[in-house]
Amino acid sequence: MAVALILVLVVLGSILFHILSPWWWTPIASNWGYIDDTLIITFWITGAVFSAVILFMAYCVYRFRHKEGAKAAYQPESKRLEWWLTIVTAVGVAAMLAPGLYVWSQFVTVPDDATEVEVVGQQWQWNYRLPGEDGKLGKSDNRLVTFENPLGIDPEDPAGQDDIVIEAGDLHLPIDKPVKMLLRSIDVLHDFYVPEFRAKMDMVPGMVTYFWFTPTRTGTFEVLCAELCGTGHGYMRGIVAVETEEDYLAWLEGQSTFAELSAPQKLGAAEEAEP
Amino acid sequence: MVDATPRAERDIPPAEVPELELYHPKSWWTTYVFSQDAKVIAIQYSGTAVAIGLVALVLSWLMRLQLGFPGTFDFITPEAYYQFITMHGMIMVIYLLTALFLGGFGNYLIPLMVGARDMVFPYVNMLSFWIYLLAVLVLAASFFAPGGPTGAGWTLYPPQAILGGTPGGQDWGIILMLVSLILFIIGFTMGGLNYAVTVIQGRTRGMTLMRMPLTVWGIFTATVMALLAFPALFVACVMMLFDRVLGTSFFMPALVEMGEQLSYGGGSPILFQHLFWFFGHPEVYIVALPAFGIVSDLISTHARKNIFGYRMMVWAIVIIGALSFIVWAHHMYVSGMHPWFGFFFATTTLIIAVPTAIKVYNWVLTLWRGDIHLTVPMLFALAFIVTFVNGGLTGLFLGNVVVDVPLSDTMFVVAHFHMVMGVAPIMVIFGAIYHWYPKITGRMLEDWMGQFHFWVTFVGSYAIFFPMHYVGLVGVPRRYPEIGEAAFMTAPVDNLNAFISVAALIVGFAQMVFLFNLVWSLRFGKEAGPNPWRATSLEWQTPTTPPPHGNWGDERPVVYRWAYDYSVPGAPEDFIPQNDPWPEKVAARPA
Repeated sequence: MAVALILVLVVLGSILFHILSPWWWTPIASNWGYIDDTLIITFWITGAVFSAVILFMAYCVYRFRHKEGAKAAYQPESKRLEWWLTIVTAVGVAAMLAPGLYVWSQFVTVPDDATEVEVVGQQWQWNYRLPGEDGKLGKSDNRLVTFENPLGIDPEDPAGQDDIVIEAGDLHLPIDKPVKMLLRSIDVLHDFYVPEFRAKMDMVPGMVTYFWFTPTRTGTFEVLCAELCGTGHGYMRGIVAVETEEDYLAWLEGQSTFAELSAPQKLGAAEEAEP
Repeated sequence: MVDATPRAERDIPPAEVPELELYHPKSWWTTYVFSQDAKVIAIQYSGTAVAIGLVALVLSWLMRLQLGFPGTFDFITPEAYYQFITMHGMIMVIYLLTALFLGGFGNYLIPLMVGARDMVFPYVNMLSFWIYLLAVLVLAASFFAPGGPTGAGWTLYPPQAILGGTPGGQDWGIILMLVSLILFIIGFTMGGLNYAVTVIQGRTRGMTLMRMPLTVWGIFTATVMALLAFPALFVACVMMLFDRVLGTSFFMPALVEMGEQLSYGGGSPILFQHLFWFFGHPEVYIVALPAFGIVSDLISTHARKNIFGYRMMVWAIVIIGALSFIVWAHHMYVSGMHPWFGFFFATTTLIIAVPTAIKVYNWVLTLWRGDIHLTVPMLFALAFIVTFVNGGLTGLFLGNVVVDVPLSDTMFVVAHFHMVMGVAPIMVIFGAIYHWYPKITGRMLEDWMGQFHFWVTFVGSYAIFFPMHYVGLVGVPRRYPEIGEAAFMTAPVDNLNAFISVAALIVGFAQMVFLFNLVWSLRFGKEAGPNPWRATSLEWQTPTTPPPHGNWGDERPVVYRWAYDYSVPGAPEDFIPQNDPWPEKVAARPA
């Protein structure tokens, strides 16, 4: 009796916690509302299955608990029932998988008009690179990383000269423009994660990974690292500011290109070398 | 209807080969220490696993203290925190759960349940335990090594696992971890070959495969899977050890550490992840399948009813085992592997939900019209169903590739896998210990302590891990020693984290009652008799309790029926042991 009651309370408590608790996902700031929708569908289906199974179990425990002289039924199997349950389960699973795969196909198809933005992770800070006026990012290689060239941009590649380099600063993005985030790391695995954008992807040294999204809300959002990257992992935070086109262009004006950054630094390095 | 319970005489072939003489120990040492008796080896495996498991329990308290009350405990630095979570995870998954289910329950139950006198290779079986013990000692040694144990996370992802920014990466920690894993796999392979061959070759007359208790099916399938999956981890460990010690670059691309160019180049960090999860996902089922098997037998015995849909249950175990080898990359949806893999792995992952759901239905349908005795083992079995269904369903979030993207690497994942492969299998372990302790020791565990242990553990664990999903839903990443102030949080999670930590401490202390019960009942428990639960399977029909070396006295039992003849209409009692030929002739029950 008590056991059945507690099983019922587990179900009720879980549902009430889900509905009443203040802990829920942060309001979305990207185009990935479909991901939230798929999540909601999954919550409904799994919540219904959980409640049904546990309440059925609670009923069995209440109804068929041992009583003096009682005897269990003898029924080894029921093909009919087992097949029905299999089919119903398969339908439920398909109802979650189909929208999931549909949204995934969008997630992996980058629109042609997406602007490329590069994020470079290192222990334990975020660096960014934007294509300059030519709209192209220059080649890069971890072998070229030095103190003066923290992102390893190839100085021989003319496309890289006008690239805008932001070392350990904030990233700004214009609202309603799709962006393809190109992700690199110069040391270990990291993961570029902004909860409001819903998307995330690991950054792997030696490869360029990517995801895309369209910012849909202005504001400043916190960047977190979501892949364990050593002792500073929990403190590897940054800022992404989503702005109107105007504000974005004003900010862009104040940034330095790779060419600008390398020239004075070479002088600085030469001065330091002197006794 | 009853074709699931073949009992024709043709199923009992004559003995084909004479029995081999067992090795008989000649001294105290070879009887109790360097023993070749599977039952002694089982106790040795279990004792070692529980001992190192207690270390993991203490580590979980330390990490929960940090998460619940950040900044309060000065000695828990980020380095220490990462070392705690890494060692906790690795100990629980490999050295406790795998070792206890296969080395512990496998060794004790397989020979008894299939009517064998021992494992087929007793000497190799003994070596298996001693190599396992060595692996545990090497692992424990890393706590005392310079730099302490590795803090790379239990997944040990390179490059960080072997670099200086991670605790133990440039010290002894990672080396000892890799050596310990390599030893574990060698030891396991020796034991695993034994378990598999004993099930295939060592069954007694009449024990057809489709008459075996599901416990044996679960452990057998898990063993075969482990024999196929562990080699992937083995090569990954050897290669990473080479990268760390010899300077090879299997997993190491060109990279810059703290401003310094390292000499690595050309390796692939993602290759390691594929190898790790090719092992790591089957590993989930290596832990789950024995639990599935054991819980089926607990439910059937204590509900006095045959397991519903036995054949479907066997096939579900085999199909889940096979499918679990083609779902591994669902751990890697956001790893940077080719995104098209997502379609394949999401589909296979959700397909595996179907046979798993069938198992759940058949457990609860076994309860339907049963005669349910709410004994402590049965309570733990019910708690398993609750926690497994909960954790299994959240797997549908994480398996469905696009839903995984926002949740991946958050506390939601931590809550999910603790519920499904932590709490749920451990509920089965507890239930199994309460169930078989009388056979192992001849005495019952004290009931009121068992009830107390059960309620605190079940309600407490649910209170720990159910709310933890919502910490992840808010967006808090896993492996953060503290989240601090963050604008994205819809509500601060401090109170929730503190609540979870207090619950974790309470559940942890309830385990001390369990350990006390194990020791206390050894001396003061009620006499159990040979078959206190009135169960059908062979281990309860041994002529002596606890069973001696060789298990069966002069003659091995002959099996006439499946393991689930409970409440058979017309039978004199509500159970018919497997070695009872009823109704052909009146059985002479073993005394």
